[in-house]
Amino acid sequence: MKYEKIEELLSAMWEKTGLGRLGTGTADSPETAVTGAAAAAVHQQIQSSDLAFVKVPADRGRHLIMDLRDHFGFTHLVFLTASDYIESGVFTLTYMLHSYTRHWDIGVQIDLPREGSTMESIHDLWAQAATYQRELREMFGIDFPGSPRIDEPFILEGWDDVPPMRREFDTKEYSERTFFPRPGRSTNDPAGYMRQKLYPKE
Amino acid sequence: MKSEHTTHLHRKTDPAPVISFSHTAGSRVDLSSGKYLKLWQGPQHPGITGNMSLEVTLHGDEVVDLRTHVGYLHRGFEKLMERRTYMQNFPIVCRICVPEPDFNEYLYAAAVEELAGIEVPEKAVWLRNLSLEMARLTSFLQWIGGQTGAFGMGTIGQWGITHRDYILDLFEELSGGRIYHMYIIPGGVRADMPEGFPGRVREVLNKVEILMDDIERAMFYNAIFKMRAKGLGIVPHSMLDSFGITGPIARAAGAARDTRKDQPYLLYDQLDFKVITGSASDAYERAWVRFQEMHQSISLIRQMLDRMPSGGAIHTRLPNPLHWKIPAGQTYRRAECTRGEYGYYLASDGSGYPRRVYVRGPSYTHAVALMETLAIGVNIADLAGLMVSFHTYPPEIER
Repeated sequence: MKYEKIEELLSAMWEKTGLGRLGTGTADSPETAVTGAAAAAVHQQIQSSDLAFVKVPADRGRHLIMDLRDHFGFTHLVFLTASDYIESGVFTLTYMLHSYTRHWDIGVQIDLPREGSTMESIHDLWAQAATYQRELREMFGIDFPGSPRIDEPFILEGWDDVPPMRREFDTKEYSERTFFPRPGRSTNDPAGYMRQKLYPKE
Repeated sequence: MKSEHTTHLHRKTDPAPVISFSHTAGSRVDLSSGKYLKLWQGPQHPGITGNMSLEVTLHGDEVVDLRTHVGYLHRGFEKLMERRTYMQNFPIVCRICVPEPDFNEYLYAAAVEELAGIEVPEKAVWLRNLSLEMARLTSFLQWIGGQTGAFGMGTIGQWGITHRDYILDLFEELSGGRIYHMYIIPGGVRADMPEGFPGRVREVLNKVEILMDDIERAMFYNAIFKMRAKGLGIVPHSMLDSFGITGPIARAAGAARDTRKDQPYLLYDQLDFKVITGSASDAYERAWVRFQEMHQSISLIRQMLDRMPSGGAIHTRLPNPLHWKIPAGQTYRRAECTRGEYGYYLASDGSGYPRRVYVRGPSYTHAVALMETLAIGVNIADLAGLMVSFHTYPPEIER
């Protein structure tokens, strides 16, 4: 299929997945209202002529990703990551897919509840996805049942605290609790310490 | 020596490796049988670039299972950046990748500028492109040291590092920093070229070119290098998409994929260059593709020096950095670094702090999924050479 613009491809994508029917969205008015059955949970944002983000419900995510990969030529999984929107109580997963024939990117986004978040694994679609999922499990606590070595630590070792990329993890409090003030220093203020060291008699 | 030679001949006739998605080869190995040996290569090991370790299970001297372990260099950049203003983040990002920090600086700046709607002056675009190509050359010169060192040819590495230092001198002159330049700042670049700088760049390029003739003879025509690198770590074309492989590894497998051509950024649509591809897709071919890209990089730098405008602004006036808020939005920017696709995903919620910065480094795929698959069946002596032929770099895995 030939699509002149990323908007046309997105319309065809919504048609195929049956998630909703879109109006005419352009790069000038990026956020387009979606009408249809699943309208409340579906959303698209066209960032530029070669980059768009679409938001779908969690149970349709894997299906949409497979459609994009197998029918629309988005064969390259660029990355998979999560952002923490603690005030809304959601993690937003972003699966960035790239098409080598059109040189367009689509970021498929999925909102998951922050507590007990679980998502279908895509380790069988791309080999590197298992690594991304292991990292998300460790850094955000998002589970991907069935993903290989999902519970093995990836970057952290012996970590038993809150998953550190969650926003409620307080880095300052953690560092004060874990790393004691250096012995021999009466102050932890760097300027005061240097003054003492350089001019001890003053 | 004879037995090693036959191993190599045997390996050349092997069919393409079976693509395993499960990474569960280790479970098939019964360590208590006494037939296998578990060995850790790294994190401190001359055959490992950066702080990474390979947990190797051996049968004789053949690798039967490999697992990549990272985490020795985790500094939590992405977390740090969520608690810092956009301007405070700019000197942090370059530290994500030591051999070519400029790609981080450029991509972070480009993503921030896109969301904030900032235009960059023309002269700054030229200077940005110049510093990216100079960084590419330094990174390749350092890689040559790793690749030849892994095959026992340390001298070539020393030549490479020396010449890398000449380029670092130029960077010092341009930006004040040798390793971390903190040169590309949101809105433009920090400084213009000093007096006589283009001439000194040309001098260094001439030196590097002379060196590359030597490297070509000493490395690529070397019987030992050929014998060890040819047929090592063949990446079949079918693995490119399923493993997310980018950069010289994909190009050595015959895929003409280069972000500089496919989605031109900065001035790449105005510069004259071709995408270099290979076909054999082994360690030797990857080295050859990278070597040709070094020649290409020299040519690109010369083109830029010839055509760069002499005057003009190098920076746009930004709002007060202490109260600088970026409109809500999200974007992804990518560039072609020496190892493949480097990218920044930036999400802003309209405040003065980024909501999420995600750094996509090519080694994330190449050093974990790809390495764990292709190391199976490789002789332990060639493992370091294989790893360097993927040009892996751990900090961009951990961020």
